[in-house]
Amino acid sequence: MRWVNRQVRRGDRILLGSLPILMLLLLYIFFAAQRHAINPADKILPLPAGMASGMSALLFQPDQLTGQLTFWADTLASLQRLGLGLGISTLTALILGLVLGVLPPVRATLGPLVTGIAVIPPIALLPILFIALGLGETAKVALIVIGITPVMVRDIAAHVADLPREQIVKAQTLGASSWQIMIRVALPQAMPRLLHAVRLALGPAWVFLISAEAIASDIGLGYRIFLVRRYLSMDVIIPYVAWIAGLAIMMDVALAFLSRRMFPWAHGARH
Amino acid sequence: MSALLSLRGIWVEYGDKIVLEKVDLDVDGGSFVSIIGPSGAGKSSLLRIILGQEVPTRGSIFLDDAPLTPECGPDRGVVFQRYSVFQHLSVLQNTLFGLECTAAPFTARLFGSARRAAEKDAIEMLNSVGLGDSIHLYPAQMSGGMQQRLAIAQALIKRPRILLLDEPFGALDPGIRADMHALILRLWRDYSLTIIMVTHDIREAFTLGTRLIALDKRRIDPHAPHRFGASAVYDLPLKRNKGSLEEEVITVDIIQENETRIGYE
Repeated sequence: MRWVNRQVRRGDRILLGSLPILMLLLLYIFFAAQRHAINPADKILPLPAGMASGMSALLFQPDQLTGQLTFWADTLASLQRLGLGLGISTLTALILGLVLGVLPPVRATLGPLVTGIAVIPPIALLPILFIALGLGETAKVALIVIGITPVMVRDIAAHVADLPREQIVKAQTLGASSWQIMIRVALPQAMPRLLHAVRLALGPAWVFLISAEAIASDIGLGYRIFLVRRYLSMDVIIPYVAWIAGLAIMMDVALAFLSRRMFPWAHGARH
Repeated sequence: MSALLSLRGIWVEYGDKIVLEKVDLDVDGGSFVSIIGPSGAGKSSLLRIILGQEVPTRGSIFLDDAPLTPECGPDRGVVFQRYSVFQHLSVLQNTLFGLECTAAPFTARLFGSARRAAEKDAIEMLNSVGLGDSIHLYPAQMSGGMQQRLAIAQALIKRPRILLLDEPFGALDPGIRADMHALILRLWRDYSLTIIMVTHDIREAFTLGTRLIALDKRRIDPHAPHRFGASAVYDLPLKRNKGSLEEEVITVDIIQENETRIGYE
C-alpha cells in the first residue's frame, strides 16, 4: 500500500504523536544524568528533581520584596499584556478588515497604509515605543498590537473581499444596504476567519511579549527568563519555557474549539 | 414604450474588446425569455447589465419606462448558478433576509410579532418551492438542487418585477433539472413572474421559454475577432404561450408527477 493512502486510526495517532516527544524527553534525561554523573553540581542540564526544587521557591514562597508568589505574578502580568494586546488587535482587525474588504473607497484610501505598516519589522519600532510611551505597560501592549494587527487586518480584509461577488449582488437584490451587507453578510462570515487569524497571531504575539519584557520590565514570564539567565538557572528557564508552551497550546485549542462550537457552518457539513 | 423592460442600443466594451453591440430588446410583463448563445457571446454580460451589476458602455435601460440606476436593487431578483445563498444562514434565515433588510434598516433583524409575521411569509414561500421540511438546515447540508430551490425562494419573497436566472440549473443532475424545470414553470404561472433566463442548454431554453433570444456575432473579422460584438441574431416567440391549452395540460401533468415523487403537498 502506498504511504499516501495509509490512514492512521485515532488511538494509533495519539501513540505515534507522543512517540517523538517521549524520545526527546528521554534523550534529555539521559544527557542530563550523564553530566550529573561527572559533575553533581551541573547547572546546564538540570534533572527534573533540580527543576522541581528550583521552581518550588517561585511557586510557593512569597517574594521577600513584593510579597507575591513570583511564578503566578509573572504569569498574570504576561497574560494580562498578551490578552490586552490580542484583544485590541482582534477588534481592530475585525472592524478595519470589514470596511477594507467591503467598501472599495476605504480600501483605496487605507490599503496602502496598512500594507506599509505591515512591512515594518515591529521590533525596530520598539525604541520609538519606549521613547514615546515610556517603559510601562502601554509600550509592551503597543508592541504586540503593532506587531500582529497589520497581518490580521490584511488577512480579514482579503477574506472578506474574496467572498463570492454573487453573494454581495444577491444581498443587494434583496434590498440590503452597504451597512446591512457589512453586518449580516460579511461580519458573520469573517468571524471564523478572525478566530483562525488570532490562532496564527498567537505565536508572533508571544515573541513580541517576551521581547518587550526582556528589554524593559520588572515582572513577567519573559522578564524572569532573561533575569535568571545571569545565574545560569536552567532549572527555572526550562520550566518557564515549558509553561509558556503549555499556555500557548491551551489558547490554541480553546480557540479552535470555540470556532467549531460557534460557527459550525464553517466547519464542513456536519452540525 | 409599454414593455416592462426596454434595452435601447446597448454596447458593452471591455477595453478594445466589444462584447455586445447595439442590442435592442423589449421584454413584456409575464414573459419567460430564454437567452442562449455560444460561450463568450455576452449572455452573462447582458444579464449583469439588466441586473445593474455592470454599466453598459453605451445605451440605456428602462424598467417601467423609468431609466434604471446602474445598481442592483430589489426590483430585480437573481439566481446564479452557484453562491446565491448565504452559507452562514439556515434555510429560514436565508429566506427572511430580504424581509429583514427592508423592515429593519439598522439592525437588519426582526424581533417579536414582526418576526413571526415574516417567518410565516417565509415558510409559505419555502413550502411552495418544496423546502417546507428543511427550514433549519444550512446550505452546506443540502444538495445542489435544494440550494437552488432556496435561492429561488429567497429571491421571490421580495416579489421582484423581473427574475433573472443565470444558468440556474447548469450544475444539477439531469433528473433534478427536470424537477426544477417543473418548479420554475409552476412558480412563473402562480406568481405571474417575468423571467429572463440565460442558459447554454438549448432544450431547456425551448421547453421553458415563451420567447427565445440567441446572441451571437453577426460579423467576424478574422484578423481582429474581438472588434465585433454579439447581438440578438434570433428572436423567436415560442409556441408554448400562456394561452396554449394543449401544452398547458402536459406541463401540469409533469408537475403533478414530480410533486408526488418529491412528496410535498
